[in-house]
Amino acid sequence: MTDAVQTANISEAGTDSAVAIAVARTGTAEKFLRIVIPFVMVALAIGLWQLHITVNEVPRYIMPAPGDVIAALYTDWGTLSPSLLVTLRITFLALAIALVGGVGLAIILVQSKWIELAIFPFAVILQVTPMIAIAPLLIIYMPDTQSALLTCAFVVAFFPILSNMVAGLKSVDHNLLNLFELYGASRWQTLLYLKLPASLPYFAAGLRIGGGLSLIAAVVAEFAAGSAGKGAGLAFRLLESGYRLNYPRLYAALILLMVTGVAIFAATSLIAWLLLHRWHESAMKREN
Amino acid sequence: MRAILPAPLCPKSGSSILTDILEAAPETAETTPERTVVSMRNVSKLFSNGTLALKDMSLDVRRGEFLSLLGPSGCGKSTALRIIAGLGAASTGVIDWPSSRINAKGLPEGDVGFVFQEPTLMPWASVFDNVYLPLRLNGMSKSGARPRIMEALASVGLSDFEKSYPRELSGGMKMRVSIARALVTKPRLLLMDEPFAALDEITRQKLNDDVLRLWRETGITVIFVTHSVFESAFLSNRIVVMRARPGQVCADLAIETTGERDANYRTSEEYRATTDRVSRALQEAIMLGAQGQ
Ligand SMILES: Nc1ncnc2c1ncn2[C@@H]1O[C@H](COP(=O)(O)OP(=O)(O)OP(=O)(O)O)[C@@H](O)[C@H]1O
Ligand SMILES: [Mg+2]
Repeated sequence: MTDAVQTANISEAGTDSAVAIAVARTGTAEKFLRIVIPFVMVALAIGLWQLHITVNEVPRYIMPAPGDVIAALYTDWGTLSPSLLVTLRITFLALAIALVGGVGLAIILVQSKWIELAIFPFAVILQVTPMIAIAPLLIIYMPDTQSALLTCAFVVAFFPILSNMVAGLKSVDHNLLNLFELYGASRWQTLLYLKLPASLPYFAAGLRIGGGLSLIAAVVAEFAAGSAGKGAGLAFRLLESGYRLNYPRLYAALILLMVTGVAIFAATSLIAWLLLHRWHESAMKREN
Repeated sequence: MRAILPAPLCPKSGSSILTDILEAAPETAETTPERTVVSMRNVSKLFSNGTLALKDMSLDVRRGEFLSLLGPSGCGKSTALRIIAGLGAASTGVIDWPSSRINAKGLPEGDVGFVFQEPTLMPWASVFDNVYLPLRLNGMSKSGARPRIMEALASVGLSDFEKSYPRELSGGMKMRVSIARALVTKPRLLLMDEPFAALDEITRQKLNDDVLRLWRETGITVIFVTHSVFESAFLSNRIVVMRARPGQVCADLAIETTGERDANYRTSEEYRATTDRVSRALQEAIMLGAQGQ
């Protein structure tokens, strides 16, 4: 019914404009829902949390209410913010080194199968060994806790980036390689204009995984290493608040970690989108 | 060395290819190279898995020719074309470029354009950047290359699509970009490996017309690999039929036409006679290949 009326109204403007209007409408509606639905769902979850506390009369030393956590975020900001900065610094420094190292080593590895053969065993051994098992050793060998944590986070973020980049650099269309050979491209030109762009989708995948893992590793390593004082990160604040039964602060630290994780996910997704949306299936909106 | 285009050779006016051959026959070895763009001398190709793809194949490609390499699947057409292009060396035999300057790899500098069976475009680069590639690899700046790129795009009718990405183009348009990229260096020799095999009949005929027009306008030499009797008979003024196992030349046909090769030609008696002749030659080649098995 409504459809028929609409069509009748705009029939003077021709079929094309009718289509355009219809498309635009569903477009904005969908965009609106895309943004609203996630927020509504999170709000709903917080509401359920509050309901659970109120209905079951959960005492705040077992589980704080959302309001308590927000209050703790505000009052304990002086303690929490330096720790947040420490964790952020370790996470991003580790990710940056892992990116440079992973991409760099991948480029070296694919230059010759002999280099790859020589280095790969170490790569595999380090990758399959649970990081938490090496963390105590790193604490002993490294000059300070900070660099031990950094090393842990780096090792964990490094391998997904390395293995994705190696796969990407090797997955180049062989006809395109032939084409570059035909035009006498140098090794450097082939890398710059063909292999690196062709491996961008793999790089994006590695970046997403590595970004998430570097935060997880920074936290897990701190649990294992147990830093304290000025250099304490959010993981230490979590443990400390747990011991002191200061649950609002523990939840506040947890929420800061969650927000950091979501921000890293959003940032890496945005980077992937920027790199790929013009041409790659994974980032494209299909119209057919 | 940048290729200097030879004066356009018009296949219709002046001498036909057959009289060319007759004239060329008594010439001395000193003058023959002038007419030969590339010659294969007893080229064999043995793959590491033991497949003898080519055996003692010899072929002279003369300047301005539109030569089709026709043969059954697996007879070594692609292998021959790739060896000419320097992609994979011959096991024995030589590839000679009598009138080109040769680079360190034994290839004529910037003298060869190659069109693969697939469009083989870089999906991350715009149409413009895809066509720019050969010039970029040659160290030419983007602004310096612009006129040539636009000229190449215009010659395949894609001037309006310089900013498009390959995924936004149809199969036929992608193939045109691939042709523009092969032409942008103004090569003297254009190698095409079943370029239109994956396209529908209508698009294929359209692109055949385009390639023929480009050939007439530029005087470029073309080696065109195909398995289609009709396509080769329509396009070429020389058809080299190959047999399989081992890959060898088994017929060398000169194709002459009295009029234009256009839509009328496709339905003419002359064209039908030509396709008959080519079909018979191909049939023979297939039989020889079957015996060799
Ligand atoms: N890289 C390779 N390794 C081993 N054998 C190969 C290789 N490439 C081609 N061959 C073999 O060489 C022979 C010729 O192959 P080629 O691709 O040149 O045939 P073609 O005439 O182009 O066939 P088509 O019309 O199907 O493309 C085939 O028997 C094929 O199996
Ligand atoms: Mg082939």
